Amino acid sequence: MGISIDDLNSLQIDVLKEIGNIGAGNAATALSKMISKKVNMNVPTVNILEFKNVAELVGGPEAEVVGIYFKVNGDITGSIMILLDKKSAKMLTNLLMYRNDEGEELDEMDISALQEIGNILSGSYLSSLSTLTNLNLTMSIPSLAIDMAGAILSVPVILFGQVGDKVMLIETVFIEGTEQVRSNFFLIPDEDSFETLLKSLGVV
Amino acid sequence: MAEIIKVGMADSNTTYSPGVLTTLGLGSCVGICLYDTSTKISGLVHIMLPDSKQIKNNVNQSKFADTGIIKLLEDIIKMGAKRSKITSKIAGGSQMFNFNDSSDIMRIGLRNVAATKDILKQLNIPLIAEDTGGNYGRTIELYSETGILLIKTIGRGTKQI
Repeated sequence: MGISIDDLNSLQIDVLKEIGNIGAGNAATALSKMISKKVNMNVPTVNILEFKNVAELVGGPEAEVVGIYFKVNGDITGSIMILLDKKSAKMLTNLLMYRNDEGEELDEMDISALQEIGNILSGSYLSSLSTLTNLNLTMSIPSLAIDMAGAILSVPVILFGQVGDKVMLIETVFIEGTEQVRSNFFLIPDEDSFETLLKSLGVV
Repeated sequence: MAEIIKVGMADSNTTYSPGVLTTLGLGSCVGICLYDTSTKISGLVHIMLPDSKQIKNNVNQSKFADTGIIKLLEDIIKMGAKRSKITSKIAGGSQMFNFNDSSDIMRIGLRNVAATKDILKQLNIPLIAEDTGGNYGRTIELYSETGILLIKTIGRGTKQI
């Protein structure tokens, strides 16, 4: 019987939270290097939520959001999804491209920049995970979608839904000057991989 | 104004006319509307996965196409819907992210739609309209007074089926 998010105890949650912390820290450093400015972050919050409450975090199921999706392969398999509200996405691309475009719309350049940012964020997270667990992990190229939050979230929710009724997400706020970028990060190990992951972290 | 009843993910609900049933932001999930043309009793279920038999944790019937449709059918019949007058409309089942190697899980939208159609066929419920597939999200509203299903998207307009 595989382990699902629904069955996690508080120690296991704390360990996953700590990885979230380290991963986000590395991501902030990487972002900082990329834009040559100091990027701070708050302490990430790890939320374990029922499906129906997830969309509320990003403004409801009809809010337009950006989802960046990766597949994870190697010793464990699974998926990573980064969810950004549109405002945060635009702020990130503005930072990256040293400009101040106040428009709401995301053009080709923005999308390509977001994919690159997604690479950095999930790469930082995965490399922390890999270092801590000694697991060999690789990730795919990103796939990006801009649409209703409910529709984008249906992807991680379905993946989680095969084993349980809850999802786990890590919420981080990156701060550069007066700008705040809110990002939500889903790590979704496949059914059998979750146990491998927790085992290699020494918490099963 | 008719009452608007929200149906969440892996959830279902029913109404008498003139109630309106809605589910917001359907992606790879499928929204299945059952509608009795004689009594106007309506039901909507928002399923996430095709088959309850493939999953260990299958307590929530509304999560799956097979158990979700059967439960919804039972619910509206209990409310007085006539079995022979029940028709269906479906929407959703899109593929939100594209990858070259289309593994099963990435094609979950298509599989949800296929499973839904199979179950409807087995139950002898006519499928009179659908808006499925693509790579975008949909919000749907079922008007029990008319049986019309309204589909809203971001950037792809609104349509009725």
